[in-house]
Amino acid sequence: MPSFAFTLNGKTVSVEAEPDAPLLWIIRDHLGQTGTKFGCGAGMCGACTVHVDGRSARSCCASVSSIAGRTVTTIEGLSPDASHPLQKAWLAEQVPQCGYCQSGQIMQAADLLARNAHPTRQEIVRHMDGNICRCGTYPRIVRAIERAAREA
Amino acid sequence: MHTSATRSAATPAPSRRGFLKGAGLVFSLSAGWLGEMPAAQAAGRAGRAIGYWVEIAADGAIRIAVPAAEMGQGALTALAMIVAEELDADWSRVSVDNVARRPDIFGNPAYGGAMMTAGSRSVSGYWTKIRLQGGAVRRVLMSAAADAWSVPLSELTTEPSLVLHAATGRRLRYGEIAAFATVPETLPVLTPADLKPATAYRIIGRPVPRLDLPGKVDGSAVFGVDVRVPGMLYGTLLRSPAEGAAPLDIDRSGVSTAGGVRIVPLRDAVGIVADTLEAAFAARDALRVRWAKVPYDGFGSEAALRDFVARAENGEDRGLTFVQEGEADAAFAGAAKVVSATYTTDYVYHAQLEPINVTASVSPAGDGAEIWIGTQNPGNVVAAAAAVLDVKPDRIKVNQHLLGGGFGRRIGADMVPYAVLMAKAAGRPVKTVWSREQDVKAAKMRPMTAHRLEAGLDAGGGVAAWRHRIVAESIFAYPFVQRLEQVKGLDPLVLEGSEIPYEVPHQRVSYHREIRGTPLSAWRGIGAGHNKFAIESFVDEVAAAKGVDPVAFRLGLLRDNPRAARIVKAAAEMAGWDAPREPGRTLGFAFGKIVGSWTAAALDVSLDRTTGMIRVHRAWVAIDPGIAVNPDSIVAQSEGNIVFGLSQALKERATVKDGVVEQSNFFDYRVARMSDTPEIEVRILPGGGPPSGVGEAALPLMAPCIANAVFALTGVRFRNLPLTPARVKAGLNAGQA
Repeated sequence: MPSFAFTLNGKTVSVEAEPDAPLLWIIRDHLGQTGTKFGCGAGMCGACTVHVDGRSARSCCASVSSIAGRTVTTIEGLSPDASHPLQKAWLAEQVPQCGYCQSGQIMQAADLLARNAHPTRQEIVRHMDGNICRCGTYPRIVRAIERAAREA
Repeated sequence: MHTSATRSAATPAPSRRGFLKGAGLVFSLSAGWLGEMPAAQAAGRAGRAIGYWVEIAADGAIRIAVPAAEMGQGALTALAMIVAEELDADWSRVSVDNVARRPDIFGNPAYGGAMMTAGSRSVSGYWTKIRLQGGAVRRVLMSAAADAWSVPLSELTTEPSLVLHAATGRRLRYGEIAAFATVPETLPVLTPADLKPATAYRIIGRPVPRLDLPGKVDGSAVFGVDVRVPGMLYGTLLRSPAEGAAPLDIDRSGVSTAGGVRIVPLRDAVGIVADTLEAAFAARDALRVRWAKVPYDGFGSEAALRDFVARAENGEDRGLTFVQEGEADAAFAGAAKVVSATYTTDYVYHAQLEPINVTASVSPAGDGAEIWIGTQNPGNVVAAAAAVLDVKPDRIKVNQHLLGGGFGRRIGADMVPYAVLMAKAAGRPVKTVWSREQDVKAAKMRPMTAHRLEAGLDAGGGVAAWRHRIVAESIFAYPFVQRLEQVKGLDPLVLEGSEIPYEVPHQRVSYHREIRGTPLSAWRGIGAGHNKFAIESFVDEVAAAKGVDPVAFRLGLLRDNPRAARIVKAAAEMAGWDAPREPGRTLGFAFGKIVGSWTAAALDVSLDRTTGMIRVHRAWVAIDPGIAVNPDSIVAQSEGNIVFGLSQALKERATVKDGVVEQSNFFDYRVARMSDTPEIEVRILPGGGPPSGVGEAALPLMAPCIANAVFALTGVRFRNLPLTPARVKAGLNAGQA
């Protein structure tokens, strides 16, 4: 089986896998970072959102071969101690309910704030609309992003 | 079976950082569960177990057993708050143990002692039982202090995690007492009279941050799908397209030989086990299976719903009587005017974001199993695994995990036998994960329903008589028809929410069961999800027939119920019911007593007549949950109810053709997204008494609110859920024709 190396949360990792193996399973099963979730397997729910070279990406739809040599950040690597402004805002607003989508939501939101420090409500909704929260925490996600933008 | 040590190692050890400084474990799923041992056997534990529910360490750390599944509703925190309140614990030192065994100790009185988390009945069901437990532990600590000081117990009081003797100024911390106290074999038995008055609460009623949230923002929370067991393989399932069909031919010629793929034929599925999940998924896609024919192959939901409607409209069909007050039939015969209407609701699918998964390990002899799962009913998991292995229930060990959404889908244990048999065949632990497509195709849906509603008005225009005929398959009868027989055919889940809160002297509500073979389950909101759509739409129709304001009409029917009227008035006031609206927008209103809570809602709605798209701009909910245990959690649940409720009202529809669910993923089973979310305002108005349910209270009101608003906007009444753009467009065209 071929081997692929990339940077995960600041460390170089190498995995043996089929070239078309989804990055999601590589992260979760081969590398044991289970904060990134499986929701639909088709890029429609956003639960598997990670950053690839600093931009949000759906890890269920990215093959491991396409990631070779690139830099991947997951929720575990967003901050060393849950201190990212979004993580703090997420707790301040008590956002999660079941919590299953929230890693993806936070990673998607982090991508937004990295490029747009003070998004409008409309920009937030447009950026976040691909991430499903079945519990219905959307109002609090919006408030948490606005809080993080304010307090960062 | 794994040894305790193995299980301890098997449970992933994510960072517990940020939970509570120095407070130990959030979830201890490994050896030495709190509650599995009486106090006398607690040697070697970090803390001292006092009874089954509480353990106190010398440093003051307090662990509380919580038997409810945590699926987002906040039960883990709320139940711990209730125990801690009567214990008079220092909340900052509390952590929880999510226990899933010993229903004899931890069962929910609301479910006859089953450890089931459903129906918004965790807080209400455990309310008295666990306050008595917390109070008993406090009593043990006080008695030990009284003995140590040689003073009467009656002279002692407590402050958070402290026992005080006011006369001498002495004090002992709970941790200090726990270190020396003689713990009785059985705790003192308190009565409700021994408990605190609500005015003395220090924890209940405060907006307490949820204990499970830190792990949900840093990736460390462990859901069922995150479990990792040493030596584990991965599996997935290809279930028969129509439930119950056996695999006749399994053609694996297209399956790669790599990845350790192993095919496990099952009763009505094919299990695929492999070294990796990607190999299992790829093998599943390459399998070609011919399935046996089953009777359900002939089922189509659209034709069936027409049958349901015909039956609902057939007054000769008496069905089974659920509500009978006065003489409804005679009252209709004498009515000056009769208003009637027929409503339908389609099947809906849970769409919990964590696909169904089970991790199972079977002993080499096949005489026992250990299971890791997020479940709403561990007892069902034990029973299913024991049955498939033909062993006694005590040979099955269940480890509870966080649920990535439950909503009723994780009450049943249909996923368990497959996973156990796959692990048995593999001779290794197997984590079985369903694809989203499999999750949809094997949905356990809320039943499709038809409703006939009739109101008989007397000469003065008063509502004298009410009839409601409900046609649906039975949730209770799936998969065990005996359950329905035990309740004399009156399915409490289908019928939930069909009792009206209004003062009508003559009433009859009847259930007309259909038998079609559809796999069903409770779905967030239970029967109220379909019944309140019909009832609260119809109440507006009666108001319109009388030419009166819908809110004033409801208040007129609640003259003798000030507690209910207060909630109706509150929601109307919040929404500005009588104020002019923006052009093209108007309000819809609905009300009910749902999962025990008086709840009213108003929505501000607009409609694009060319596309049929309905938009909800603002939402107001007023709720009386009795005592508000964790107010911010009630607000959060109500927000979720609004989003989930408008999702099912506007978007969600599962259809069955030739016995197969036609939808497969989020592109054809659409759910609400952020762009669908209105501005929301929730007001909690505690009315006293014990706490009632909140996790499903507001959801059922969203659909009738929307239908009522659309009627107010257009004069066209939509009586079929969901109100999809295509239906609305067609209805408007027909209404204008």
